[in-house]
Amino acid sequence: MDALEPSVLIEAEGLTKKFGELKAVDGINFKVVKGECFGFLGPNGAGKTTTIKMVHCVLPLTSGRLYMAGKSVTEEAREIKSMIGVAPQEDNLDPDFTVQHNLLVYARYFDIPRDEATKRAEDLLKFLALDEKKNVIIEQLSAGMKRRLILARALLNEPQILILDEPTTGLDPQARHLIWEKIRSLKKRGVTVILTTHYMEEAAQLCDRIVIMDYGKIIEEGKPSELVKKHIGEEVLEVPNSEEVAEFLQSSSKDIRTEVVGEKIHVFTDEPKGVFTRILKKFPLKEAVIRDANLEDVFLKLTGRRLRE
Amino acid sequence: MKGGEITAQFRLPRLSYRVWKVWMRDRDVFMKTFRVNFIPPLLEPVLYLLAMGFGLGLFVQQIEGVSYVQFIAPSLVAISMMFNSFFECTYGSFVRMYYQKTFDAIIATPVNLEEVIAGELLWGATKSLINSSIVLGIVALFGLVSSPLALLIPPISFLVGLVFASIAMCFTSVAPNIDAFNYPQFLLITPMFLFSGTFFPITALPQLTQMIAQLFLPLTHAVSLTRSLILGRLEPSLLLSLAWLMVTTIVLFILSINLMKRRLIK
Repeated sequence: MDALEPSVLIEAEGLTKKFGELKAVDGINFKVVKGECFGFLGPNGAGKTTTIKMVHCVLPLTSGRLYMAGKSVTEEAREIKSMIGVAPQEDNLDPDFTVQHNLLVYARYFDIPRDEATKRAEDLLKFLALDEKKNVIIEQLSAGMKRRLILARALLNEPQILILDEPTTGLDPQARHLIWEKIRSLKKRGVTVILTTHYMEEAAQLCDRIVIMDYGKIIEEGKPSELVKKHIGEEVLEVPNSEEVAEFLQSSSKDIRTEVVGEKIHVFTDEPKGVFTRILKKFPLKEAVIRDANLEDVFLKLTGRRLRE
Repeated sequence: MKGGEITAQFRLPRLSYRVWKVWMRDRDVFMKTFRVNFIPPLLEPVLYLLAMGFGLGLFVQQIEGVSYVQFIAPSLVAISMMFNSFFECTYGSFVRMYYQKTFDAIIATPVNLEEVIAGELLWGATKSLINSSIVLGIVALFGLVSSPLALLIPPISFLVGLVFASIAMCFTSVAPNIDAFNYPQFLLITPMFLFSGTFFPITALPQLTQMIAQLFLPLTHAVSLTRSLILGRLEPSLLLSLAWLMVTTIVLFILSINLMKRRLIK
């Protein structure tokens, strides 16, 4: 392998998953480089979780190829599973056990000897600020603590690759920031992270590269900041919605794209400041603002505003 | 199901020592709550012995040369094998599979789904062994065990448990929801509980029903083995019962694992 070329850890080619007639994942290609944080974004039903499940070898492929560290998911599932950690979307902790016992039982599945497992469990509980909950039964934990414990459990086998399926869905901002901080520190230690998320801020904060999926296909990929620049630009103008304003915007410049969102018009243009000044000259709009463009603008532009479910 | 699909249901599962890790998980849960777990198998046979054996038994003549209470005592041991393994791998496994997502958690590790199901089946068989041994102990305390051959019952209870665990797992593989288990319970388990030579000899049944009981009802074989060992009456037909149980176990063990794979891996 070329030393200058960053090493590819995960490689998917023509990855396809059909459930009956439905193509949940439709011939996608992607590569994940060692040490990066790679995000899958997309509306519900886009195929993110299906892709992730094929990556961690619990869902057989319909067609295509998928290699993890040079091993094929169809041929060497056990070897792959022993070097990855998975934090699923749903809570599947063992409700009958305490926090610590959950980790010890899980460590057994990886053939981690009892003493070593006890030590790792202790370290991980400390790392995720759960050491005081060691002897607490699962059902007494808050949602945020459960997520942290699931993350701790995913780290028991000291994985090279960490797979996080919507790691912060349903959490309060405090819990979310704690999880982000832990993911960053794992990345610093060289762990490759793959995550799916609905939160654009999460993707922008954590991911080096993202792909946006829709209807089973990858429709865009790149660095979050570059995608924002490419599709939206630097800034977005938001003005209150009225007929006169809309007409003015349409007549004032050709390269303006507008979108009506409830009471507001979002204005996407190459020269937001100019349009902003012109609008304010004509209309005394108090609620008009100019803000930084973000990944959510990109996401909605590419996948549309229509509800999916 | 097409022909190819049917043969696929009998494909040999890929199993390793990891089966025991799943078994150990279930054992750990059992041990957490063992105080509650031990009460029903201790009390239930006592109630049956008192009500049916010593109560109803007063009005019943001797059967096959023994008193009624002696006749039904081995049945209680065999019935506990059936109930415990069947319920463990229907309601118990369904809760772990569907509500707790325990199987999903385990298959994210080097343990595969076949091993998870095999571990569940072995645990179901273990529940049969634990509980029927307790019942056997109670029956012995009542002075109703007349042969040391009864010591062979625990290993047999594991085999019997494995049959019922496998039958249960087949139902779990197709149950749309947890209430669906009412059907096998009332259509299969309850009739077996009553008509397998448990509370009266199967010779009292019409010829055809007798044949059905012997050909298709595992409990018939479990009861006749248990009764013979407790009363110390060895007959050549017991080998046939043992062989029937072994063959059925192997077939259903493999079938139930494949059916669960069919349900869970799309």
